[in-house]
Amino acid sequence: MRMTVSDQSLAEAAGSGDAQAFSILIERHYECVFRLAFRLTGSKAEAEDLTQDICAALPDKLIKFRGEAKFTTWLWRVVVNAAHDRRRRVATRAKHGEGWGDWEKNRQAANAETAEALDWLTQAMCALPGDLRDTLALVLDDATHDQAAEVLGISPGTVAWRVSEAKKHLRALREKEDQI
Amino acid sequence: MSDNTHDDLDDLKSALRAATPTPDASKRMADIALAKKNFADLQGSRIDVRPTSERPQNGLIRGVRNMITSLSTRGALTATTAMVALGLVVALPQMAQKPDDFRGFSSPEITAVETSDEAPVLEMEETAGGEPTATVDLGNRTVLQADQDALTRSRDDEGRIGSDGYATLSDLAEAAPEPEAFAGAPALSTAKPKVAKREQPAESLGGIVAPAPADDVLMQPESDTEAYPQAENNPLKITTEEPVSTFSIDVDTASYAIVRNSISNGQLPRPEMVRIEEMVNYFPYDYATPDGPHPFQPTVSVVPTPWNQGTQLVHIAIQGEKPAVEDRPPLNLVFLIDTSGSMNQSNKLPLLKQSLSLMLSQLTEQDQVAIVTYAGSAGQVLAPTVASQRSTILSALDNLSAGGSTAGQAGLQQAYAVAESMVEDGDVTRVVLATDGDFNVGLSDPEALKDYIATKRDSGTYLSVMGFGRGNLDDATMQALAQNGNGNAAYIDTLSEAQKVLVDQFAGASFPIADDVKIQVEFNPAQIAEYRLIGYETRALNREDFNNDKVDAGDIGAGTSVTAIYEVTPVGSDAILNDPLRYGEAAGTADELSPELGFLKLRYKAPGASISTLIETPISSGAEDADGDIGFAIAIASFGELLKGSDYTAQWSYADAIALASATKGEDVYGYRAEAIRLMRLAASLSEQ
Repeated sequence: MRMTVSDQSLAEAAGSGDAQAFSILIERHYECVFRLAFRLTGSKAEAEDLTQDICAALPDKLIKFRGEAKFTTWLWRVVVNAAHDRRRRVATRAKHGEGWGDWEKNRQAANAETAEALDWLTQAMCALPGDLRDTLALVLDDATHDQAAEVLGISPGTVAWRVSEAKKHLRALREKEDQI
Repeated sequence: MSDNTHDDLDDLKSALRAATPTPDASKRMADIALAKKNFADLQGSRIDVRPTSERPQNGLIRGVRNMITSLSTRGALTATTAMVALGLVVALPQMAQKPDDFRGFSSPEITAVETSDEAPVLEMEETAGGEPTATVDLGNRTVLQADQDALTRSRDDEGRIGSDGYATLSDLAEAAPEPEAFAGAPALSTAKPKVAKREQPAESLGGIVAPAPADDVLMQPESDTEAYPQAENNPLKITTEEPVSTFSIDVDTASYAIVRNSISNGQLPRPEMVRIEEMVNYFPYDYATPDGPHPFQPTVSVVPTPWNQGTQLVHIAIQGEKPAVEDRPPLNLVFLIDTSGSMNQSNKLPLLKQSLSLMLSQLTEQDQVAIVTYAGSAGQVLAPTVASQRSTILSALDNLSAGGSTAGQAGLQQAYAVAESMVEDGDVTRVVLATDGDFNVGLSDPEALKDYIATKRDSGTYLSVMGFGRGNLDDATMQALAQNGNGNAAYIDTLSEAQKVLVDQFAGASFPIADDVKIQVEFNPAQIAEYRLIGYETRALNREDFNNDKVDAGDIGAGTSVTAIYEVTPVGSDAILNDPLRYGEAAGTADELSPELGFLKLRYKAPGASISTLIETPISSGAEDADGDIGFAIAIASFGELLKGSDYTAQWSYADAIALASATKGEDVYGYRAEAIRLMRLAASLSEQ
């Protein structure tokens, strides 16, 4: 019955101490958090750790959820910021990028069939600068440009610019591949 | 060209989709469990799945308890800092706000870091910034945890300063920190008593002030450590949506005595102290005695609601049979007496000694008494002794002195062991726990304690809980213990209350005539549009629990009367609060023809039996007046509603309640009702201040 209640009211209820609401909320959005975590980090292990961190800190953060943003937007922002935080801790962008490499090696062994497509994905994502990658991860996660802007704390124009930049990068990549 | 770029994005999107692994099922479970635990740690969960077997939750309070139980050595270090921070908060009066205002309020420690708080994630970054080289996984998690502990602690401590931030550290006795939280517990045994044993003389609510224990050197930031169950008032239900209401009876009287104690000391009780059913059930009523095959008999009356012309009250009276005194079975009593340092006040241990000696007069030579104390370590003070040896028992009582901390669990275990050694066929065995509520040392696992009491309940030993004194009265724990242990909870603040509980109502408090008494009422939607159960919030049961004999419920003692009152709104009344649904089902079944308002079902077990018996009776409309016992019960219920600040009693005032109670006082042999009217007057004056 309660499953149909909106995220917004669940979040507000949870913020004021309703454990059941919180439980429904986290069950409902766990996959979403994990998916975005994966897209931001590029490795399953990293995504798992990140998701765990977020789960641990979420009850506390929820208190500050005031309902001025859409819940999913707010949650995306939590994930993105947590990912930034994690990235900083892991120290270098370069190292972060390696995540894709590790992951790719594992996947390759497991799934030779899609290897080529994944290889392209790995390269494509790695080749993007961090901010472009974050933007793309959100946009590809069905966030609208406005939502992505809100999550990243930038203007929608910047999002549009970053997406077009990302497209340019991809195009360049494609062309390079095609030439080979 | 643009098509091409579009393809790139789409490719990437579908590739990402294919690449995104599904989260590990076990990992998912673990993460969600962690989140829930942290949520509970942070602010407690206020929803009980099954309120009778679970102690009502304590909202904000939970956090502190869990914080303490999960204090690691590292946490213990920060705790010292927090004490300093606390001192600061105490010194700033403007910070004394209600706990709600502290939602989102950061502690001094935290504000120092969080400068431009807006993005909800800032904190996490700072946490990380603090530990840039932390070992990736575990390090970070610990930090998050510690951070959160600090937050919880500060929020709670501040909340406590607020007038109704009633937290208690003696809550440690209760509820369920996860096993892992207990890993750090040993390190705590030294820190705990210091924190837990705080009383604030200046603000002691009852004006009854404990001399601070000599070893208590800490700042004392909260007014007391009392804990009360938190339960939402029963809401108005719409009959067509939820026609069935199920609850367990409640024979406790503690709430009335606590309310009386508060009002007598010049302070209106806080809403959570008021359990209306316990106030109503405090008074003896002269309901129709059972004449059928059952040990008790329900009588249902429908009367107009004094505070609302558009509604009626369904008054359900249950009167237990009164077996002849000489026929009573032998009684084995084990007094489990809290002799911890906090009991060393005139209204605690000395009153307790007097109370128990009063009770001795009710015992005969076929009865046996044993005394077990718990303070620091548990010990048997008096081996099972025939009750006629009064001098032996009295001198054992006299020799009790207060000192040390409270080893509640060991005490209970020993008391039950002694009780079992006393059992003979046909005896009634009862452990009488007398405490001020500090139940906090030596609890390796609070859940296990509850389970322990529940298994002892199944073995046939009953548990009564008597609360003494104010200041750190853990009403919530007492409730939970009594509810889990087939018992009743009473609060004894004066010798005359001891007289009532232990002498006048000795039989009722000692000899059960029916176990696990549950009530289920199904209202007829054709007659009743809306209904509301008054009180019994902490006794709500799930609908399916009614027929489940494994689900525990309250017990009725010999001669006890129990009252439950529903406020119902008949179909077509002006007082209906909910509009009909436009797309609701059109009513119109065979039931429509039925003039019955509803159907009352009761289940009980004979003492010791495991299969329940069903009693059924229809509720038919009547036009009786609320006079006599019924009227008085309603007056007390309305008094409770006023104290709770209920929305449903509209214009009803203390003066109205006093008038109704005075008109229906009746004979009042013991003077309880006259006292209640005095209390109402006092409450009326206090409420105008």
